[in-house]
Amino acid sequence: MTPPREQAGPTDVLGDDAAVRIFRTMATIRSAENRIIRGLNSGELTMTFYTVRGQEAIPSAIGEHLHREDYMVTTYRGLHDCIAKGVPLDELFAEMCGKFTGTSKGKGGPMHLSDPHSGLMVTTGVVGGGLPIAVGLALSSKLRGDGRVTVVNFGDGATSIGATHEAVNLAALWQLPIVFVCQNNQYGEHTKFADYTRSSSLAERFAGYGLSALSVDGNSIPAMSAAAEAAIAQARSGEGPTFLECMTYRLGGHSFGSTTEYMDPAELAQAEADEPVGRNRRWLVEERGIAEDVLQQLEAEVEAEVDAAIEFAKSSDPPPASELLTDVFSRMEAAPK
Amino acid sequence: MTPQQQANAALADPICTLSDAVNQAIDIAMSEDPEVFALGEDIEDPIGGVMKGTKGLSTKYGRERVRNTPISEQAIVGAAIGASLVGMRPIAEVMLMDFFAVAMDQVANHAAKLRYMSGGRTNVPITIRTSVGGGRQFGAQHSQSLEGWMMHTPGLKVAVPSTPRDAKGLMYSCIFDDDPCIHMETLSLLFTRGPVPTGRFVIPLGVADVKRSGDDVTVVTWGWQVPEALAAAEQLQTEGISTEVIDLRTLVPLDIDAVLQSVARTKRVLIVHAATQFAGPGAEIASVVSHELFGELAAPVERLGSVYSPIPYASELETLHYPERLRIAAAIRRLS
Repeated sequence: MTPPREQAGPTDVLGDDAAVRIFRTMATIRSAENRIIRGLNSGELTMTFYTVRGQEAIPSAIGEHLHREDYMVTTYRGLHDCIAKGVPLDELFAEMCGKFTGTSKGKGGPMHLSDPHSGLMVTTGVVGGGLPIAVGLALSSKLRGDGRVTVVNFGDGATSIGATHEAVNLAALWQLPIVFVCQNNQYGEHTKFADYTRSSSLAERFAGYGLSALSVDGNSIPAMSAAAEAAIAQARSGEGPTFLECMTYRLGGHSFGSTTEYMDPAELAQAEADEPVGRNRRWLVEERGIAEDVLQQLEAEVEAEVDAAIEFAKSSDPPPASELLTDVFSRMEAAPK
Repeated sequence: MTPQQQANAALADPICTLSDAVNQAIDIAMSEDPEVFALGEDIEDPIGGVMKGTKGLSTKYGRERVRNTPISEQAIVGAAIGASLVGMRPIAEVMLMDFFAVAMDQVANHAAKLRYMSGGRTNVPITIRTSVGGGRQFGAQHSQSLEGWMMHTPGLKVAVPSTPRDAKGLMYSCIFDDDPCIHMETLSLLFTRGPVPTGRFVIPLGVADVKRSGDDVTVVTWGWQVPEALAAAEQLQTEGISTEVIDLRTLVPLDIDAVLQSVARTKRVLIVHAATQFAGPGAEIASVVSHELFGELAAPVERLGSVYSPIPYASELETLHYPERLRIAAAIRRLS
């Protein structure tokens, strides 16, 4: 495992309330993933699913510093990003289950979640495909002067594709209000970081585009929060984009049901022992003195919220056949017969 | 307006090039709506776009709204998509249609699908302007007519004007359409001249235009094959063959009713396009016509597209690659 390179923080100016809010989001994400995996294993649920286990702290900390009207773009490995941006759980799970009550009426699915009401504008299934679009969202904010910030999430794997480089270069050139959040989970699909690049630091590589670029411990609430806060503030004040390389570790295979034989068992076990939900929970109790029962109550609450939302999704109807040909164009008559 | 009234009105319209007409449509759209902006390679003055489509506009509206970009087709199209998702109306220029291959993930996987994938919660009101080569010895990577590729991707609208007048009206409609539109500007027609109405002028997408009326054979075509077909029709008139030329003007939406009405009368149809004939747009149109008018046709539906090869450089070969007036005329003679 590449050791985290901490250049950004931790600064530890985060208040207890904010720290607990961030942890609550992390707990919600973990609970959601656990519930989905349970449902997939038992056959209760059917969907394509890409684990976010181990990456919960990154969007949870970012979300603390974003406004509802700020824009977010993410990828198929984006359950955590969607929850942290505030997509309602019932509509989120319903979409993942292909139900009419979902964010896209069941027509997008888990790889194409979007909910403009909460600022989640695009989830792409194409590695790197979201970055150029995020640049356009940020451009709209610059042209309109609306003060919004765009956050675009992608994995380390996306740093090998051309669209990413076109987008980062353009955002730097135009000094757009955007934060590039590279969630470096050490794997591009089934290939280890060191097996697909000679670069040792993505932050160093992308700094060459002329934007702020730094590496941060993506599994630490205080470090991640400080880095996100600074990058978002910089973007909002018109001082240009930031590339955040958030060091983390994907605690599982590429997708649900895929193998992990290419992952070093000892490294995986070490990462699991230091996984961010447990690690930050210990930090809250031991360093911040947060009472155990506060956290237990919070965990029970989020589990109940997740369960209720899953039940909502399960009990919802699939989209009717009449939905097949709608939403191709603004007017159905424009489509060929 | 009858064709004669239209012709009379057109006599009073100022003459300009197709490129100027596109420029006028963008100018008017930008003056009407502050959410319209343009981005692309070399589109700012003094270049004003290598085909001059945005000449003068960065000077008039500023370099924020008429923005030069690096040579980054994915970022150009992607940035247009992103801004359009929140209601802006970007006009992206992809210098040549061949370069769509570079940007196709953004075009096909994102622009075309985001409305559907979001269940209608977002939409992509972008216009991608692009020049279409052909017949100018630009070789295999600067000469392709790729409308068939676009038509085969559900969610994209495709406009291919053949006259300055149509270009102005279609471009304006594309800009204010709520779906992604591809505006194909044929290089060999860009500097041809014709009458263009002044001020705001709209041609709705999905309405074909009869460019020449006739009784014996219908030719269905678009873009730079329109003048070729008209030239062939003119020649055939001297031979006693009366040819109707329908310019589809947009391929999605497709005005198939206009085609069927004409062919129901002439009983003979030839579909002509610069796109590759094999699995090309003409096959779809031929299929629909054959199905709808089966039993009424006096001859099998004919197609004339580009041959199945990359586009050759040598003019002797390139001439053989595309349909042109002589081969169009020969095909019409065989039909009639």
